[in-house]
Amino acid sequence: MNAMVIIKRLLESSVINLEIFFVTLALGLPLGLIISFGTMSKWAPFSFLLQIKAEDGFMKKILCFIGKFRPIHDITAIFVWIIRGTPLMLQVIIVYYGPGLIWGGEAMGRLEAALVAFVINYACYFSEIFRGGIQSMPVGQKEAGEVLGMTKTQIFFKITLLQMVKRIVPPMGNEFITLVKDTSLARIIANKEIIMMAQEYVSSKALIWPLFSTAVFFLVACGILTILLNVAEKKLDYFRM
Amino acid sequence: MEMLNVAHIQKSFGKVEVLKDISFSLEQGQSLAIIGSSGSGKTTLLRCLNFLETPDVGTITVGGEQIFNAEAHAKYSDKDIRKKRLKFGLVFQSFNLFPQYTALENVTLACKLMAKEQKKLNKQELEAIQQKGIELLTQVGLADRMHNYPHQLSGGQQQRVAIARALALEPDILCFDEPTSALDPELTGEVLKVIRSLADRKMTMIIVTHEMAFARDVADQIIFMDGGVIVEQGPAREVIEHPQEERTKQFLARYNENN
Repeated sequence: MNAMVIIKRLLESSVINLEIFFVTLALGLPLGLIISFGTMSKWAPFSFLLQIKAEDGFMKKILCFIGKFRPIHDITAIFVWIIRGTPLMLQVIIVYYGPGLIWGGEAMGRLEAALVAFVINYACYFSEIFRGGIQSMPVGQKEAGEVLGMTKTQIFFKITLLQMVKRIVPPMGNEFITLVKDTSLARIIANKEIIMMAQEYVSSKALIWPLFSTAVFFLVACGILTILLNVAEKKLDYFRM
Repeated sequence: MEMLNVAHIQKSFGKVEVLKDISFSLEQGQSLAIIGSSGSGKTTLLRCLNFLETPDVGTITVGGEQIFNAEAHAKYSDKDIRKKRLKFGLVFQSFNLFPQYTALENVTLACKLMAKEQKKLNKQELEAIQQKGIELLTQVGLADRMHNYPHQLSGGQQQRVAIARALALEPDILCFDEPTSALDPELTGEVLKVIRSLADRKMTMIIVTHEMAFARDVADQIIFMDGGVIVEQGPAREVIEHPQEERTKQFLARYNENN
């Protein structure tokens, strides 16, 4: 078996890495935006309790507590905490084995399970970046839109969105680059991605160089990504905030 | 004709009463200057008129139509409020231009969105909106800068674009919230000149300002506010040159000393 064949095999298996990368971006970014709206939700169905005039003391504290309860915010915040607070590797395992163990029945495909875990995990990180981008908008921008009679939707799409995108390019770039390398975690449920493939040559053929050479794949991918991010930053350079 | 009537407006933030029973009216084509020290409630009053804050008590009537009544406020839909707030225009202290749009786009954006919503955005309409935007920018002396982005403009130029933007929707009453407080004296002059030209053209205006000389020369009426109440109001020149109330005299003392 010559080197060319091995490299070809490695590249073929890297399709899994690329697939995870692109699917996570395509689904994780919009999901992240939705989650960020969840964490920013101010909906407090019991806020009328705050209006009740009660004497300071235990009752008042209870009223205050329930009145400030924001169900959508609380649920999404807890969800984000759990997802960001546990290892992605563990999440991949849980998504793959969990449903079968709990409800029985057939397990999801290996790749599908990895994709689900990656999308959810990265969406949570993205959501915090989106939230930062949206909340760092000066309130005057929104007010300027409001006094010009714009709707909330118009303000978001015509004013906030582009300014937010410009703000979040650098932190998003960080996440993208981390994601490229994280894709190899999918191997934990036996997805034959590039590193797993290379490791097989270590055990079956006692060859170490294929494993080392996978670094080139990741370096090239991150290099291209860096260039694209720089282009995006340049493109958005025509205005300042 | 009475253009604006504000009656018994009250507004608190938590336990702080910012506006305590504010009432005044304004004739069409007149300009009203609101003066007073920082924290006297001037800006909050303007924000109430523009629906950026909701008064706790009181009514606002524009051209005979009651557009706000604190008792009925819960019933107003977002759509209602949007329609009503267009009776007012607001120019901010910090300009708040949209950085990703050119001067001209800043002026025309709201009109375009509105036309699009009413499904009238054809080529002809777009042309008309564009033309109007150019006219407005010419009026504020910025025809040559209309394709510049806000960061390429000086503060004074940005504020003039903001004025053109507020005029684009043809408000009945144009409000200015300390329009020159963020500008140096030289740039202040060019902005005040634009406001003065609007006064000459009988635009109904409410101007919150610290420029006493400007208020005296340009405004028809003046209101002096302190601690959330109107301490004194009357014809601009009279109030500034011969204040009656002790608090007004005190506030104007430094200004009158220098003149």
